[in-house]
Amino acid sequence: MNNSRFVYVTYIRTRPEKLWQALIDPEFTRRFWNETWQDCEWKLGATWRLMIPDGRVADAGEVVEIEPQRRLVLRWRNEFMGELREEGYSRMTYEIEKKGESVKLTVIHEMERPGSKFIDAVSGGWPMILSSLKSLLETGEPLEETKRWPKGM
Amino acid sequence: MVAMDGDVDKVFKALADPGRRLLLDRLRADNGQTLGQLCEHLDMSRQAVTKHLKRLEEARLVATIWRGREKFHYLNPVPIHEIAERWIGKYERGRLRVLAELKKNLEGESDE
Repeated sequence: MNNSRFVYVTYIRTRPEKLWQALIDPEFTRRFWNETWQDCEWKLGATWRLMIPDGRVADAGEVVEIEPQRRLVLRWRNEFMGELREEGYSRMTYEIEKKGESVKLTVIHEMERPGSKFIDAVSGGWPMILSSLKSLLETGEPLEETKRWPKGM
Repeated sequence: MVAMDGDVDKVFKALADPGRRLLLDRLRADNGQTLGQLCEHLDMSRQAVTKHLKRLEEARLVATIWRGREKFHYLNPVPIHEIAERWIGKYERGRLRVLAELKKNLEGESDE
């Protein structure tokens, strides 16, 4: 394989419009995504930034595809860790499909280079963030470990 | 709770088979393989691998995507994370990590 990619899937008992809102609305993301929020106008070609609570930019890029409640593709580069930033841009896709009483969320994060350190780094974080998102939407409470931005990071 | 019991049953049943765990190990080592690639170094028939992958997909432990005419298989650790969350208390995580490190160091093993 000449690229790095992972695919994560979770089924959440919610509605597509609610999931879409949770994925972009700062009030939601702060709760399940380590207090971060996204600065973006959510339209094609718009600048996208993932903001750390202290004001630093964690990651940045732009909206490549957007189909509300169904699909979002972001061009995504790490901004605050030199060796990850050097690898350049990745591509992150959310796919949302209604499946009976649940919604299937697929997250594909990929980069056109083998053995990407960036893809390796984010692939550790996504399962926790997705579990926390599921917990927040189904029970009203996110997971404890995603409530705060990690100390010293 | 974070997962419905029917879903949890499927995960445990899928993990109960050594052949299926081996497939997950192979994906962990090299994520994103086709059926053909997964069959290459395994002592299992193609039909057996296909059947195991189906069970793993149903349990959502394997996620697949199509690229052109090829279907790639990925390890999806999200259900395992949900099960861990169910029984590991929020303050136990750090201590468990320390114990796991200690065990690894004492036994001189490395899983990387």
